[in-house]
Amino acid sequence: METSVLTQPVCKFAPWDNPAQKPLVRFENVTKKFGDFTAIENLTLNIYEREFFALLGPSGCGKTTMMRMLAGFEYPTTGNIALANTNLQKAPPHKRPVNMMFQSYALFPHMSVEQNIAFGLKQEKTSKAEIKQRVEEMLSLVQLEPFAKRKPHQLSGGQKQRVALARSLAKKPKLLLLDEPLGALDKKLREQTQFELMNIQEQLGLTFVIVTHDQEEAMTVASRIAVMDHGKIVQVATPAEIYEYPNSRYSADFIGDVNIIEGKIDVTTGETASLNWAEGETPLKVSTKQRPNHGTTCWLAVRPEKLRISKEKPENADNCIKGEVWDIGYTGNISTYHVKASNGSILKAQVSNREHLADRPITWEDTVYIHWEKGAGVFLEN
Amino acid sequence: MTRFNWFNTTTLTLGFAFLYLPIILLMIYSFNESRLVTVWAGFSTRWYQSVFFNESFMNAAWVTLRVGFLSASIATVFGTMAALVLNRAGPFTGKTLFTGMIYAPMVMPEVITGLSLLLLFVSLDFTRGFWTVTLAHITFSMCYAAVVVSARLATFEKDLEEAALDLGCTRFSAFMQVTLPIIFPAILAAWLLAFTLSLDDLVIASFASGPGATTLPMKIYSQVRIGVSPEINALSSILIAVVAIGVVTASLVTKQAQLKRMKEERLATNAS
Repeated sequence: METSVLTQPVCKFAPWDNPAQKPLVRFENVTKKFGDFTAIENLTLNIYEREFFALLGPSGCGKTTMMRMLAGFEYPTTGNIALANTNLQKAPPHKRPVNMMFQSYALFPHMSVEQNIAFGLKQEKTSKAEIKQRVEEMLSLVQLEPFAKRKPHQLSGGQKQRVALARSLAKKPKLLLLDEPLGALDKKLREQTQFELMNIQEQLGLTFVIVTHDQEEAMTVASRIAVMDHGKIVQVATPAEIYEYPNSRYSADFIGDVNIIEGKIDVTTGETASLNWAEGETPLKVSTKQRPNHGTTCWLAVRPEKLRISKEKPENADNCIKGEVWDIGYTGNISTYHVKASNGSILKAQVSNREHLADRPITWEDTVYIHWEKGAGVFLEN
Repeated sequence: MTRFNWFNTTTLTLGFAFLYLPIILLMIYSFNESRLVTVWAGFSTRWYQSVFFNESFMNAAWVTLRVGFLSASIATVFGTMAALVLNRAGPFTGKTLFTGMIYAPMVMPEVITGLSLLLLFVSLDFTRGFWTVTLAHITFSMCYAAVVVSARLATFEKDLEEAALDLGCTRFSAFMQVTLPIIFPAILAAWLLAFTLSLDDLVIASFASGPGATTLPMKIYSQVRIGVSPEINALSSILIAVVAIGVVTASLVTKQAQLKRMKEERLATNAS
């Protein structure tokens, strides 16, 4: 399974890999300070046309500030932001070909659905006939035709969300910003809406930038994700790359579930490093192109679903850890075994429940072996 | 447990009596046939007729309405501007002082406000009359307008203004198209409050006014000093009736709108 990144079709959408491609949005050494607080620190980032780009991070990481700088509600303290090769400088929000969908939807309560959608077009002095046609297009895009005359308070949460989307798309912006667009919806509706958003983005061929703290949402919708922490970008890559090859403990931990084992380098032979991780245990092997020195502290990250668990000691496994089943998390489709190793650390191994409950042999306090191939883990230096 | 036990009933009755007995007495005696205010001599509406034919009352009422309308309108504009600065401008040097100074006239004794205005008008050599009363009323009712509008702006979602900016509005057109229509009920309430305060004011008007600009409260007060005539009762009853009808209508309309909105919101959530 882990080869998915490498075996993707050749015609895949990846403008970021093409050096000839000009980015649509370019952050150049952008720093934003609020008084003494640095929200964004010397950040450089390219976003390409037709991308669905996700800014992901915990609250306070600076992702909303990035979005507000794109919209024109904040200006960088130093550095430049360029959109379609034009430096935005201090262009006010109404002079940017950028629209934003607000987390609160910010629908105008005194206007009907169609007036809300037409609002942006009216400011441009578009002709009445054209506004009418465009509003109809937008209403059919978000399937709200029967609700055109309603006021926002007469709509359900999901309908409001779609009006907000239609309103922000009505002016055909070069760039659409989505600030936690699905945060107010319940889980089922959210999952459904994620796919609707992706379809609309593909259908219209627009560039979307989404801000979210929900890693599953980012994974589902985005072409690329920027993982952010304290005003800095930790990693920018496709969801699969971030999941399979995180570049740090922070991004490994932020996206999905992970076991992180700390150790010191024993030897590096060829493309394999061995890690001493606990007294009296066999060193763990992990594939890497790095050549770290003996004794360097580093980490091995491995996803729970890549670990195998058995009651008998496996033969010829690259890595094997003996432990005791400490806890079992059962979520129906999968079981997560929390296994306590000799040094007291807990490892999580995930098994999909193909057999019925009675046929699963491993239970609490069993002695088990956790094993995995050296290629399944990721070697991390920070 | 009943909601109307003897204790509740008594306190309620006493409370209402305390508040409204004087007014009810005044209204009853406005229908008195007799010229003597304290002796009942049968039902009559003659005092109401004589109020309408009393030119000095009608003149005073007309002055009061003009002063009220003008001062309330200008005070609301200024009050709204002050409220916008207080809520929107973010921190600036002297903000606390500015806030304090806007609210200060609310707690300032009216006599002092009136006296200081009088001294100002005298030193500037203004002819006291209609315009000085209007100016004085703008000064003291502006802070009430600012408070009312400011309370509304405090709960106003800033996102709405930003959405308007984002969709192509300048700051001014965002205010005109989005903020103003949404806060309009509060502005109307502020205007009504300022208007009522102006109608009601006796002290400041007495200081700021001059010959030819007698407001209704001033007129009533000066008449009472000569002796209470049943005409005053009739005039006061008319004022009370106008205010009561206004207040009751306004609250019924608001209540209806609120119920309708709640019903629609419920329907929208159930439909999804």
